[in-house]
Amino acid sequence: MLEVRNVCKNFGPIQAVKGISFSVEKGEVLGFLGPNGAGKTTTMRMITGFLPPTSGTAVVCGHDVTTDPVESKRQIGYLPENAPAYGSMTVTNFLRFIADVRGISGRAKDDAVENAIRKCRLESVRQQSIHTLSKGYRQRACFAQAILHDPPVLIMDEPTDGLDPNQKFVVREMIKEMAAAKVIIVSTHILEEVDAVCTRAIIISGGKIVANGTPAELKARSGTGRLEDVFRMLTIGKEEETSHAQR
Amino acid sequence: MRSVRNTWAVMKRDFKGYFESPVAYVFLVGFLALTGFLTFFVAGFYERRMADLEPFFFWHPWVYLLLVPAATMGLWAEERRTGTIELLLTMPITLGEAIMGKFLAAWLFIVTALALTFPIVLTTAYLGAPDLGVILCGYIGSVLLAAAYVAAGMLTSALTRSQVIGFVLSLLLCLGLLLAGWPPVTNMFVRWAPEWLVRAVAAFSFMPHYEAIQRGVLDLRDLAYYVSVVAFMIFATHVVLENRKSA
Repeated sequence: MLEVRNVCKNFGPIQAVKGISFSVEKGEVLGFLGPNGAGKTTTMRMITGFLPPTSGTAVVCGHDVTTDPVESKRQIGYLPENAPAYGSMTVTNFLRFIADVRGISGRAKDDAVENAIRKCRLESVRQQSIHTLSKGYRQRACFAQAILHDPPVLIMDEPTDGLDPNQKFVVREMIKEMAAAKVIIVSTHILEEVDAVCTRAIIISGGKIVANGTPAELKARSGTGRLEDVFRMLTIGKEEETSHAQR
Repeated sequence: MRSVRNTWAVMKRDFKGYFESPVAYVFLVGFLALTGFLTFFVAGFYERRMADLEPFFFWHPWVYLLLVPAATMGLWAEERRTGTIELLLTMPITLGEAIMGKFLAAWLFIVTALALTFPIVLTTAYLGAPDLGVILCGYIGSVLLAAAYVAAGMLTSALTRSQVIGFVLSLLLCLGLLLAGWPPVTNMFVRWAPEWLVRAVAAFSFMPHYEAIQRGVLDLRDLAYYVSVVAFMIFATHVVLENRKSA
């Protein structure tokens, strides 16, 4: 369903992503792990069509992001890092705008907006401006935007970053609820999250994939059976290589 | 068809966006107060004892110079600062549609402000018998001038994440385009520069084209000038946004 083929991204002389390939099937929740600056966000931005790859491509449900960007973006729901949203809009108007740009109109639009509000438990703040919301609600408003059109592919960049434990729990529950019917990619550097929601994990370091397997397989690679140790073993010492700013 | 719908969706949001904060009201009141003050007190609308709107239209290039950058500075700078550009550009729309939508929204906003000056037409018609054709021409010229300012302001807004920098750059760009063809400035240069050079530079200026239309002559060449300025600025905005490295 989603296939990433040898994508590379250079920012001037800096190689942020150095040839990443993987594929994800429906029903899988892929955890995207790696230290800060490893290239997680850049890779996601290339899959979602925000940044063009320097070379390589990704194919989303049969649509190539470099040659057919509009159709491939239609298949994706994307929750960017830090959950950006138009602060001056109310939650409802924000979602109605997203429905408009996604070409959903009439009854379907009302239904889609209502559905997203219900799924993300936003009923109590629907008429509030987004900049008045707490971080947890803002995250959910942006999450609602990502699932509004019921996309076959859902990509989330650190969806639980900065949330309190209860809010993290809610977001993980929402991911699990949707897992069976979708391709989901979640980036995180919280390792417990991988155990909680992911069926498979990829560890990225220095712009390359250093491990790819189920959480159990990854744990088996270290003597201790702990994910932290695998993570440290595979990514430490590459800090210098990845010390460039991610943005 | 799809393209029109996508552009419309972006335009609608950005146009409404002006009215979601006090910006629109401050702007509209400021615009009307400033044009009113300049027309009646500085240009001596009554003292002239002539039923035309020349003292009104005379000031538009200067009023726009101050106010249009204020209306356009946020178009892209704010999207970049808050990260919403990542949402907008991962929607299934093209960059061109997003740019056109924003351009039209800002232009329509300025045209709204301009439309609210209608009482001055009524006043003139009450006091005398103005040539309504010339007045119509004056408004058309002003609408075209506004398009050029908005397009220039959008370009500078795309260059930066800071609204203030966007404002200043756009003010300088527009001032340059204004003064290059303003008689007091061209007369000064004529003394030492060859006339053909002064005329060539002046041809890029808003001013001669604006003044020609104000005289009541709607020449195709002036129209073509505005269309090409706007097209160039929109194209440049596209290039700038396509080559950005991140949000």
